[in-house]
Amino acid sequence: MHIIVPIKQVPETSNVKMDPETGTMIRTGVESIVNPLDLYAIEAALRLREQLGGRITTLSMGPAKAEKALREAVAMGCDEGILLSDRAFAGSDTWSTAYALAQAIRKLDAVDLIICGERATDGDTGQVGPGIAAALDLPVLTYVCHLQPAEDDGIRVRRLVEGGEDVLWSPLPAVLTVVKEIAYPRLPTLRGKQKAKTLDLPTWGAKDIDAKAELLGLKGSPTRVVKIDKPRVSRQGERIRATDPEGIERAAERMIEFLRQRQLVSAQ
Amino acid sequence: MTWKDIWTLSERKANGLHPVSYELLTRGRALADKRGARLCAVVLGSGVTEAEGKELIARGADRVYVVDDPALASFRVRPHAGALKHLVETYRPEVMIAAATTTGRTVMPYVAMQVYAGLTADCTGLDIDPDTGDLLQTRPAIGGNIMATIRTPVARPQMATVRPRSTPEAARDPSRTGEIETVQVPPEAMATPVRHESFEPDTSQEVAIEEADVIVAGGHALAKEENFGLLQELATLLGGSVGASRPAVDRGWQPYPRQVGLSGKTVAPDLYVACGISGAIQHLAGIQTAKNIIAINSDPDAQIFSVADLGIEGNLFEVIPVVLEKLKKEMESA
Ligand SMILES: Cc1cc2nc3c(=O)[nH]c(=O)nc-3n(C[C@H](O)[C@H](O)[C@H](O)COP(=O)(O)OP(=O)(O)OC[C@H]3O[C@@H](n4cnc5c(N)ncnc54)[C@H](O)[C@@H]3O)c2cc1C
Ligand SMILES: Nc1ncnc2c1ncn2[C@@H]1O[C@H](COP(=O)(O)O)[C@@H](O)[C@H]1O
Repeated sequence: MHIIVPIKQVPETSNVKMDPETGTMIRTGVESIVNPLDLYAIEAALRLREQLGGRITTLSMGPAKAEKALREAVAMGCDEGILLSDRAFAGSDTWSTAYALAQAIRKLDAVDLIICGERATDGDTGQVGPGIAAALDLPVLTYVCHLQPAEDDGIRVRRLVEGGEDVLWSPLPAVLTVVKEIAYPRLPTLRGKQKAKTLDLPTWGAKDIDAKAELLGLKGSPTRVVKIDKPRVSRQGERIRATDPEGIERAAERMIEFLRQRQLVSAQ
Repeated sequence: MTWKDIWTLSERKANGLHPVSYELLTRGRALADKRGARLCAVVLGSGVTEAEGKELIARGADRVYVVDDPALASFRVRPHAGALKHLVETYRPEVMIAAATTTGRTVMPYVAMQVYAGLTADCTGLDIDPDTGDLLQTRPAIGGNIMATIRTPVARPQMATVRPRSTPEAARDPSRTGEIETVQVPPEAMATPVRHESFEPDTSQEVAIEEADVIVAGGHALAKEENFGLLQELATLLGGSVGASRPAVDRGWQPYPRQVGLSGKTVAPDLYVACGISGAIQHLAGIQTAKNIIAINSDPDAQIFSVADLGIEGNLFEVIPVVLEKLKKEMESA
């Protein structure tokens, strides 16, 4: 079983600082981490390898420092990592990113499964997984919350969809995107960390993956970000203190009045 | 042949159209009118009725394209993407929008990849340049820290998914007229080895939070699973569902499908009541399109107050019981 896990390095956004003038992110001093949702993809791959044997290759497209993300994946137990890094990739939107990743996957031998995170926390689109599948003309099963090897060398998955779960069977190779429910990600092991420190990680550029230059980077990307604004954060709402019995009484009354005024509660 | 018309991808449930289809028509109608274009609604499914097509016309579509095939009975990406790709290549829409549901967010990137289209996910705002037909797509990014506006200068169609419940459903006008066209898609375009075996409804909650009109959400402060009973009681009285912040889910007090925020669900209820939730940016990213927000928090400096229409500074375990008591009385006497 050869499993590919594409992972993205993202800025740690839990305490992101924004430049109030330009509305852009202040990147200095911001730590880069493995996209938190990709840890679930790694965990799913590790569990599958425990069941079936085989190997796991992680793949990341990004600047040279994205190598760190790959090493973290190796520390968790992945076998290999490949960095896609080339000036030609800069400014890629989800179309060009999916194209480049798919081209790289074509170069790998005997791929059975590609497991992506649900979405990256910076771009937050969730489009790259289905994009890779489309580029490789493979089936894609998204929002997978449970997976199991199944008959006929296939896989059975549960997808978390609106109002319930879909159960599907798919042959391999296939692309999956997984959600948090799949399994809780393990921590890196000492042995893994040691391996990660010394493992040789190849870097591939546009030529190595036979990518068409006109489909890469900003030039190859159909979309353009044309404006960045600060979201409207303040609603300038009213405030009421409920720190003593009287205050609580007033607050509760005001809340009900609020619901009534905005027709959020109907008398039965 | 040039690219023309504004398209919406209707969403179907087992027995008919999902109301989000009409929200898309609200968006689509505004774009079509501004651009002076036709609005076309696409329906992919098995056993699509004429009534569905007529309903879409009454709600604003000028034309409805129907692909009716057993392969489309339940959602599998290849049949749906294959049918949609066939339609796009045959009729060449200038703009195509779908709902940012699990279906829309799967089929749209698949098709966009194969036809080399630009696609913007999870938009909260759409506008169009009446002269060039360029679509201006606004969406939150970087965990809701910024709003980005995105354009697709050359590639067509311009594709976007829009957040469910970020706009009202289009009203119906039975006097509207339009055409319904049933399109035959070659079976090989919809072939797939994937089998859909079953759908298991989530019975733990009557209404999933992404569909709920009212959400009463609890955070870290709830401290244990049992305490969510208090929120459930309030939710039931208000006809809503219970939601949770990440810590409440991580600790197992609530199931993951109820998690609101960046790594959970994006919700857009009429009312969101945040109880004991601090309002971290990742949480706020999920509630930006809520119409009314009430926050109950004991910390006067909690970030959640900056987005609340009504902020109650106090202990939720003291405040909510009084609210419940008054609300019950109120509802009985009314
Ligand atoms: C990549 C990433 C993704 C994330 N995704 C999500 C996500 O999807 N959803 C999400 O929610 N979080 C997410 N988080 C976590 C987020 O950063 C916060 O840690 C989380 O939202 C905090 O949850 P909380 O408000 O329940 O807890 P806390 O921050 O601990 O806040 C608890 C609040 O309760 C108040 N309180 C305490 N006792 C009482 C009482 N008796 N009565 C009233 N108020 C009381 C406190 O004043 C405090 O404000 C994510 C983080 C990262 C890094
Ligand atoms: N630059 C990248 N390198 C490797 N994998 C990526 C990259 N961008 C996205 N992915 C994968 O695609 C998933 C969805 O990302 P996105 O579509 O950007 O939200 C992520 O969880 C990753 O698994």
